[in-house]
This record gives sequence, structure tokens and C-alpha cells, in this order.
Amino acid sequence: MSLNVIWFILFVIIISGYLILDGFDLGVGILHMFAAKTDTERRISLNSIGPIWDGNEVWLVVGGGVLFAAFPVVYAALFSGFYAAMMLVLLFLILRTVAIEFRSKRDQPRWRSLWDFIFALSSALLAFLYGVAFGNVISGVPLNQQGYIAINSVLDLLHPFALWMGVTTVALLALHGALYLNLKTTGAIQARVQKWTPLLMGAFAVCAALATVWMFIDQFPSALVYLQGWTLILPLLAALAFAGIFILERRGVEFWAFICSSAFVAFALFTLGAGLFPNLLRSTINPQYNLTIYNAASQENTLTVMLIIALIGMPFVLAYSAGVYYIFRGKVHLSPHSY
Amino acid sequence: MDPEFLSRAQFALTISFHFIYPPISMGLGLLMVIMGLQYLRTKDPVWRQASFFWVKVYGLVFAMGIATGVVQEFQFGTNWADYSRYVGNVFGSLLAAEGVFAFFLEGGFLGLLLFGGHRLGPRMWLLATFLVVFGAHFSALWIIMANSWMQTPQGYELAQTQWGTQAFMTDFVAIVLTPSFLPRLLHTLVASWMVGASLVLSVSAWYLLKHKHQAFAKKSLALALWVFAVLSVLQLFVFGAQMAITVTNYQPVKLAAMEGLWQSQACAPMYLVGWVNETAQTTTGLSIPCLLSVLAYMNPQAVVQGLTTFPSDTWAPVNLTFQVYHIMIDLGFLFPLIGAIGIFFWWFGRQVYIVRPLLWVFVSTIVLTQVATISGWWTAEIGRQPWIVWNLLRTQDAVSPLLRGDQVLLSLLMFIVLYALLFALFIFLLNQKIQEGPEALTEEHLHASLPDTFREVFRQARASGE
Repeated sequence: MSLNVIWFILFVIIISGYLILDGFDLGVGILHMFAAKTDTERRISLNSIGPIWDGNEVWLVVGGGVLFAAFPVVYAALFSGFYAAMMLVLLFLILRTVAIEFRSKRDQPRWRSLWDFIFALSSALLAFLYGVAFGNVISGVPLNQQGYIAINSVLDLLHPFALWMGVTTVALLALHGALYLNLKTTGAIQARVQKWTPLLMGAFAVCAALATVWMFIDQFPSALVYLQGWTLILPLLAALAFAGIFILERRGVEFWAFICSSAFVAFALFTLGAGLFPNLLRSTINPQYNLTIYNAASQENTLTVMLIIALIGMPFVLAYSAGVYYIFRGKVHLSPHSY
Repeated sequence: MDPEFLSRAQFALTISFHFIYPPISMGLGLLMVIMGLQYLRTKDPVWRQASFFWVKVYGLVFAMGIATGVVQEFQFGTNWADYSRYVGNVFGSLLAAEGVFAFFLEGGFLGLLLFGGHRLGPRMWLLATFLVVFGAHFSALWIIMANSWMQTPQGYELAQTQWGTQAFMTDFVAIVLTPSFLPRLLHTLVASWMVGASLVLSVSAWYLLKHKHQAFAKKSLALALWVFAVLSVLQLFVFGAQMAITVTNYQPVKLAAMEGLWQSQACAPMYLVGWVNETAQTTTGLSIPCLLSVLAYMNPQAVVQGLTTFPSDTWAPVNLTFQVYHIMIDLGFLFPLIGAIGIFFWWFGRQVYIVRPLLWVFVSTIVLTQVATISGWWTAEIGRQPWIVWNLLRTQDAVSPLLRGDQVLLSLLMFIVLYALLFALFIFLLNQKIQEGPEALTEEHLHASLPDTFREVFRQARASGE
């Protein structure tokens, strides 16, 4: 297997890691205003992700760094081409971070509801923007011969399919967050999210089914891949994981239902990755302008050094992340020093 | 409007605003580690009280650092796409390494640091503190490595590809250990520790002026004062001086701009204050004869190269570089003086706690050190213009080619408004924390039943997890 293929797979894994981990953070944010009503409930909601959300967000930063290092031409095209969208992502990431941190600093209802609202809104809009990005990666973008995205305005990226993928992603992360809250809370919050879980599953299933049909009607090349070859196993595994959520949730096996949801997110992204391979960004102008894992990659020396860095660093990351999760496992208990 | 100018302005704004926070994360973090060690050593409850107080400030500062930090990584791609392609092989891998090695460490243990005071015993909590602070330093190491590569690039070869010129990695060790890396790292770390020490110094002096939390304030002030005084001397005579020598050797045209030296001369003077007239190519002001020659070459008769020995299209904005450099260097002269006077009054009868004018000076140090560190970075970054990568790539050739001025204007306005609001809120909340002061210690803060070894931590986690 070539270094380019290895880095493509690692990149997809890192993005999956981000969407699984920060995905439930964002999901908690999307549900925050509805699942938690009183101040105590909202503190529980916030503290369910309190000690870990920052570590989760690091996966995004590392994903960006890996794209920069391994596929600099894609990094340059994607970030400059999606300029306005990227600035909005930054805006909501910043607002979300400070909302989590600032909310608890004053014991005043209006102060707290303001930050609650900003936390919820920025979480939902981030999920939406990520979905729009996936939509554009699937549909392809107007890449020119120089390897840059030639668009007139941000509206070119907000085509109906991309918007629909945005809605789909919000539904998915809300579901993922609901399963997480179910795991971390008791009482009123848990009762609410348990009631909503089947609805969210239904909503997401409808969204995803329509998106799938849409991909085939519009003949996106990334979708047609699945009609041939072994890659069909990835969407099938995703479907299996989704069924797993349904069954385990009904049996009250909270932890494994959440694991199934995480597996679903991973398989959905692996599906997307397999559909793209060996491209990273497809051009809607001319397939010859596609950015692939070969023409857009860094050179062998860099990919080798990066692989060594990853092999040294990632086992530590996984070990101590697991340790921290272990220490903070179980239902949320508030103390005066929580958020 | 010109997207290049706006992108420069946006990068300058966002990185300067970001750079308020990481030096505190490192410097205050270092002091928190010392405080934790002092508690373990002396069992004096004041140190534990100090840990509980400063960790709240630390959380606020760290959140601001995280929120404003991710912006930088995005901007290389959004605004400087041609730069990203040119250096992705080299610079990108250093950023990725920073994420894998350092950010995960900080992010992973931050929760334990912020919430660990009531869950972990003093030793385990100190370990979490140490790991976050270590992560912050480790992150600084990689980012300063990346910056140093841009200032003194080596370990690469240029190749023509379908995407234009790209720098390919030939020697990773050479990339990591560029000539300016170690001096820059040490200079920045010492500056950051001084910022952290001055925050503690400033807040403790404020409490003493207001006759509040005396026991806590005296302990904190003495610790911070010693750290500040020793570091300020080392910075001036060792680490800052070493940085100047590095600039002399590897970026002589930058040194000439920093001092406004137009003609090469022996016994070159160093200004304390001055003004550069760029059209007349003159520099006037108050100067110390021969000091620049001494600083650069340790020899008063040494010839320092002037700007006119270099092509004028490789000059930085001279007066701007001169001014920001002199803000830093003048403050650098002032800090050992403040430290020495403070130590003098501490040594003789602990007068330092009651001399009110001196306490007011201490209160101001946090602003002064912040101004000094920002000016230092501006010197490094403005002084290397017109290059984004020294002698390889000009900043004007690095900007994203399809970027439009109106897009960048909007995002720049967004950052101006957002950062103004955030800064106001940050100061408001910081002030609130300081006004609240350290809480009185209860039995709960001191009792010993919290898990304080790895075995206890995991045993208790299992018990509460069921």
C-alpha cells in the first residue's frame, strides 16, 4: 500500500474521529435548549461534555494539520475556495468555546440564557456547515486547471443538495448527542431525550434516504462507485450499525447504543471516503482537474516523517484520552466548581 | 480593496490578539506548578488556596487561547493558499506534529486540571496541571520551530511541479533545528514566563494595596517577584542578547532596520528612542555609542552592515520595525530595574509589601510585559518583510489567488467586532475573578481522602462508575 493511500485512510479516520467525538458535543449543543429547561438541567447538559469537549475539538485541528501536511494542494483549494464558509466555521467555533466557558461565570438568568442560546445556535450551525461541506465534496466543486475553486459567491456552495446534506448532518448529530445525553444523565433530561430518540432516528433515516436517492438521480460519480465492487460493504455496515442503535436503544443498553451510533458515523464517513477514492476533490469543470491523493500530495519524505510522527504520537493520544474518559465516566454530578 | 493588504491586516490582528493568551498559559502555568510543589513540600494551606484561585483564571485564559488559536491554522489555507502549497511539505508537517504531540495533551488533560481540584488529591492534580502546562510549552516548541523555519529556512529543496514552485523536505532534522530555532524558543519562553509572573505579581500587589487576602498575596507576590526579577536579568543579558546575535548572523538586513542603521559603520550606536526618516534615509534620537556593535559582535569596533548594503526591495518598513523593536528593548531595560528594586525592598525587612508606589508599579507590570512580548513578535514578523519565507517567497506572492477584497474586508470586520467583544468580556470576567479573590479554605479543600495515586484514581473511578 502506498504512503498516499495510507495517508488518505488516516485522514478519513481522523475526520471520523472528529465527527464521532465532537459530533456528540455538537449534538448536545443542538439539543441543549430543548432537552434541558432549568438552570440545573442546563448545567448538567453542559457538564456532560465539560471536561472532554476541548480534547474532542483537537481532532479537527489535527485533521486540518494533516490535510495541510499530507495534501497541501487540497488544503489550499478547500480553505481558500470555501473562504466565507470557513470564516463562519471559525466564528461559530469561537462563539461556542466562549459560550461554554463564560456561561457559568455569572449567576444571572439573562447572562446564562444568552450563552445557552449562543452555545446551541453555534453548535447547530457548525453541524449544518459541516454537512454543506460534505455535500460539496460529494457533488464536486468548480476546480480549475490551477487547482483552485473558481466560484463567484458563497451561494454557489449552497446548492440544494449541499443544503440537504446540512440538514441531514444536523439530524445525525442531534441523534448522536441524544444517545450521549441518555448515557450521561438521569431524570427529566434523560426522559426527554429517550422520548425523542425514535423521532430523531426517523428524521435522520428520511433525510439520509432522500440524500441517497438524490445522489443517484444527479449521477454524482462518488455515489456510482458503490454499484461496483466490494465498497458496497461499507454502506451496508453503516446500515447494520444504524439498526443496532434501534435495537439496543429499545432494550435500554445505553452504552452500546451510543457505540453503535459512533460506528455508524465512522462507516458513513468511510463510505464517503471510498466513494471519493482516489480523489479528494472532484472538479465539476473537467475530471482532469480532479485533485487526487497522488497529484495533490506532499512528497514521499514528508509522508514518511508524518507517518513516524503519527505512529509515535497517536498511541499516547488514544491511551490518555481513554484514561480521561474513564475518569469522567458515569452520570454527571454537579459540584460548585463545574461549569 | 486589495485582498493582500486586508489579509495582512487580518493575520496581524488575529495573531496579535491570540498572542495575548498563550504566554499566560505558559507563564502562569509554570507558577501554578511551583505553587503545587510548594504545597506538597510545606503543606502550607495558602499554597493550596493559591492553586484553587489561579486555576479559575487559567481556565478563562486557556479558553480564550483555544478560541483564537484555531483561527491561525485556518488562515494559512484561506488567505495564504499559495504559501500553503509552497511550504505544505515542510511547514504543514510541523503544524500537524504540534497537533498530534501537544494539542491532544493540553486538550486531554485540561478537563482534569480545571475540574480536578475536587476530584483528585494534590499530587494527582499537580500531575494534571503539569501535563497541561507541558503541553502548552510543547505546542510553543513546534510553532516556534515552524516560524523559525520561515525565518531561517534549510533542509529543503525547491522543485517545479504542476502547482508551481514547491519546497520539498530533504532533511527533517535540519528543518527542526534551524539556526534561529533555539534562541527564538528560549527568548519566547522566558518572555512568556515573565508575563505569567507579572500577572501574579500584579494581582498580588493589587490585593496588598487594597488590604485584602494578605497572607495569600504576600506568598504569591514573593514567588512572582523572584521569578520575574531573575528572568528579567537573564532575558536582557543572555536570551535577548543571543536572539540579537542570531538576527545579526542570519538576517543582517533585519538588524539594520531594527536600529535604523542606513550606512555600514564601526562602533554603531544603539538608540533608546528615535525616529527614522525613510525618505531622507536618516535616523535621529537618543543613542548610546558603539552599543549596537557590542550587542551584535561583542566588539565595539566591529562594523555593522547598514541598510544601503542590501537591495532596497529587501528592506522591511524601517521606521515601524525600529519603533516596535525599541518599545520591546526599552521595556527590556526597565524590567530588571523593577525587579532589582523589588528584591531590594524584599530583602531589607520585607518592606516590599507596604511601599505603595512600588506596589502600583507591580500592578502595571502585566500590561508592560504584554506590550513587550507583542512588540517583540512584531519586530520579528514586520522585520522579516517583504519575505514570508526568508529569501524564498515574498508575502505578496503568497496570498490566495482567487481571493476578493470584499470577502476579506467582511471577515476582517467580523474579527474586529468579535474580538473587541471577547476582549471586553474577558477583562470583565477576569476582573470579577480578581475582585472575588481566593475563597477561604474549607475542610473539603484540605482533607486527604481524595485519590492521590494512579491506583486510587482508577479504583475510585470504578466505584463511582457503577
